[in-house]
Amino acid sequence: MTKTNKVVDPLFKQMDEVKESVSKVLELAKSLGADGAEVAMSRQQGLSVGTRLGEVENVEFTSDGALGITVYQQGRKGSASTADLSEKALTQAVEAAVNIAKYTSEDNCSGLADKDLLAMQTQDLDLYHPKELSTEQAIDIAKECEHSALESDTRITNSDGASLDCFSGFKVYGNSYGQLVGYPSSRHSLSCVVIAGNGSEMQRDYAYDVNRDFALLDSGKNIGKKSAREVISRLNPQKLSTMKVPVLFRADIANTLWGHFIAAISGGNLYRKSSFLLDALGNTIFPEFLSIEERPHIAKALASSAFDSEGVVTTDRSIITQGALQSYLLTSYSARKLGMTTTGHAGGIHNWLVNSNNEQHCGDFDAMVHKLGTGLLVTELMGQGVNVVNGDYSRGAAGFWVENGQICYPVSEITIAGNLQQMFKGIAAVGSDIDMHGSIRTGSTLIDEMQIAGQ
Amino acid sequence: MNQVEQALLHDSHIDDAILFKTLNSMMGRQVDFADLYFQSSQHESWMLEDGIVKEGSYNMERGVGVRAISGEKTGFAYSDDISPLALQKAADAARGIADCGLGAEVKAFTRQSPIQVYQAIEPLGSLTQEQKIDLLHQVEAHARGIDCRVSQVIVSLSGVNEKVLVAASDGTYATDIRPLVRLNCSVLVEGNGKRERASSGGGARTDYSYFFELVRENEAQPGKARYLTYAEEAVRQALVNLVAIDAPAGAFPVVLGAGWPGVLLHEAVGHGLEGDFNRKGSSTFSGKIGTKVCSELCTIVDDGTLVDRRGSLSVDDEGTPGQYNVLIEKGILKGYMQDKHNAHLMGIKPTGNGRRESYAHLPMPRMTNTYMLAGESNPKDIIKSVKKGIYAPNFAGGQVDITSGKFVFTSSEAYLIENGEITSPVKGATLIGSGPEAMQNVSMVGNDLKLDAGVGVCGKDGQSVPVGVGQPTLKIDEMTIGGTQ
Repeated sequence: MTKTNKVVDPLFKQMDEVKESVSKVLELAKSLGADGAEVAMSRQQGLSVGTRLGEVENVEFTSDGALGITVYQQGRKGSASTADLSEKALTQAVEAAVNIAKYTSEDNCSGLADKDLLAMQTQDLDLYHPKELSTEQAIDIAKECEHSALESDTRITNSDGASLDCFSGFKVYGNSYGQLVGYPSSRHSLSCVVIAGNGSEMQRDYAYDVNRDFALLDSGKNIGKKSAREVISRLNPQKLSTMKVPVLFRADIANTLWGHFIAAISGGNLYRKSSFLLDALGNTIFPEFLSIEERPHIAKALASSAFDSEGVVTTDRSIITQGALQSYLLTSYSARKLGMTTTGHAGGIHNWLVNSNNEQHCGDFDAMVHKLGTGLLVTELMGQGVNVVNGDYSRGAAGFWVENGQICYPVSEITIAGNLQQMFKGIAAVGSDIDMHGSIRTGSTLIDEMQIAGQ
Repeated sequence: MNQVEQALLHDSHIDDAILFKTLNSMMGRQVDFADLYFQSSQHESWMLEDGIVKEGSYNMERGVGVRAISGEKTGFAYSDDISPLALQKAADAARGIADCGLGAEVKAFTRQSPIQVYQAIEPLGSLTQEQKIDLLHQVEAHARGIDCRVSQVIVSLSGVNEKVLVAASDGTYATDIRPLVRLNCSVLVEGNGKRERASSGGGARTDYSYFFELVRENEAQPGKARYLTYAEEAVRQALVNLVAIDAPAGAFPVVLGAGWPGVLLHEAVGHGLEGDFNRKGSSTFSGKIGTKVCSELCTIVDDGTLVDRRGSLSVDDEGTPGQYNVLIEKGILKGYMQDKHNAHLMGIKPTGNGRRESYAHLPMPRMTNTYMLAGESNPKDIIKSVKKGIYAPNFAGGQVDITSGKFVFTSSEAYLIENGEITSPVKGATLIGSGPEAMQNVSMVGNDLKLDAGVGVCGKDGQSVPVGVGQPTLKIDEMTIGGTQ
């Protein structure tokens, strides 16, 4: 993002206008009797194209805006939101929020975040890389992606198509402490879904890439080929017998394990006593070689943000050091309920780096499969099946049977089950094959033993 | 002019002539079909926790979606501003798709008066704010009064006012007012050093008075206000799970309870019978009309015409009246669920299943209320017929891969069946199977058809819509159960 860019891009003018609207809305809330208020407003525009079997399927022009307001009146809270950003609708939203706060109860934990924790200025995290594409150019990119999948193997029999999505926009946050911050961002993604086999032997799989910067997006050719490779490798799956074996979660699947961990240390579940990790701060939850670091300010990263959804400044943070829990994930409200201080996690986490700090418990994907030895490599999970209250885990799975470090054949229609507390303790290695597609950067993760149910 | 036209068109200075002109401007360029979808909605929710009403929120949406179809291609644009100018801008963007369509004339609008399967009411005003708050407190008090092991109660109430209007180049012109309410009670129970959470709730396309109606579980019992039954059911399920033992792992016979376990049909069969997947040949059920895909005990329907039901539609989001569609009759596949686009490409009629999350989303074939008709077996005989297996009367949710047919659902209440008797409760577990295989393995169907309480939400391609499910008690001879023992 260069200075000249800032001058010509109408988005920055729009963002200033939205900042003005946010200020007006805050003033209106005050005049209606709110003793505290916060407002978030966003606008996003985009182009989304889909092609299937070489033809255009969908062209969508998206344009979304939303305003959310929360007001506080003597400890009582009211919220409203609108997707209609006309002046009339904004006024209605404020009135509705103020009206609701007349009926909710006084709650001494509610209210704005503490003033000294707020990000009064924003930080440029290099998240805005808009791409001007004509519809035709976008269609060509999607077509090329799907074409490379379709031509790479004769066993590919059908397609659910390729799609390219390019979005850019901005968020503005303001509150009655005088905080008024905003930042622009962009997001581009390209994906391809193909089908192999016939009749009752059909399989589908996909590949995708996503990036803030279009220039860094993987090529359509690569994504297409990858989707073809994935679906071909799944053909003619077998069921397994019921047994206990080690299980390797491929990197793109391993992030689900960390997702359950996030739920278990989130303030909302903790103060509701609805987590299997209550009072676990300082406790050893994972093996000693494991660490998790949070880095909210990585340039161009998908989960980077200078402040959370309550305007609280985000900071680098150790979540797990030598296997032990260093921090919960708190919002202002859950922190006050627990007698603690917010950790800036209103709205979620900000770029986690999951690491193994011991070479014996690490390695690239091949080394991880070798470490698995004989067991299950999981490449897909289905259903919910996770109980955060007690840690019970039971999910549908598909993947590959591995024997003596060699991938043998695809498997499907099985379940894997255990308890997250034991599964976390039983992590035997985390790979260096980091998946960069989401907010959690993790390698493949090996768990010493899980129950497989099959035939 | 009706209420919907007043709110969505007249107040924004749009009339029939502008609708016609907008559609006409798109049809000029080899577009086969075009439609305009106007929508406005207000959604409120209230939440009580720890004995106090912590949150209340009010959300408004209003906009128009414009679609142009040319062969298999769809162009789509939308605007949160309903005005003649915004409408024309969206139409110009959407029609850019066409370069090979046939082109057609815009037909004169035919104002439809479909059978109303719910009342044209707006539920948000059906109780005062004080009454809503009081309802939340009453549910909580009742839940806490049932058992001293109840340590936490969260109650939420929500309602939607919604108006939609569809105008299309094929002459379709329809309006609909769609009420929707929902009440939920979630409890945490503590005992023997263990904690379990469970929730129960319900809802319908009516107003909040629904929750005060008296319901009877059986003839012998006097009626009880519906909102009280939610509190009781949540506490009952949580207490069952407090003493649940580990679920078994492996392949066993499974008896699914009546009602909400109809999630089975939604996942194992329903999605695979949606028209888009079958037009594209990507479903495991593609090309199988007229063939036997289930046990002959199974007759499965998708029914948008049930009065006041959560998944019901007087007209769908393309203006097609809601219908009773037989999907599978005595095991034989009869038909798919269709929207206009896929029906047209497959040369058949739309079935009233064209649905969209909002004006900012494209319609596609979706389920309404999907259920299996009653069979002849006594539910007790079904349990008696199982030597060792699982009885699962409640589920948390499910998922399906429509191409391979593999589906899962996760039990939230389940028991062992040993020698024809229901014995110990077992912990929640995921069950996995292959849709066509599992449905061929249905060996007994109960005479106790029940529909769910009105809580279903179905997700597809990132779009959520309210749905209903239902079924009688039924037995599947073998499914894989993902327990730990």
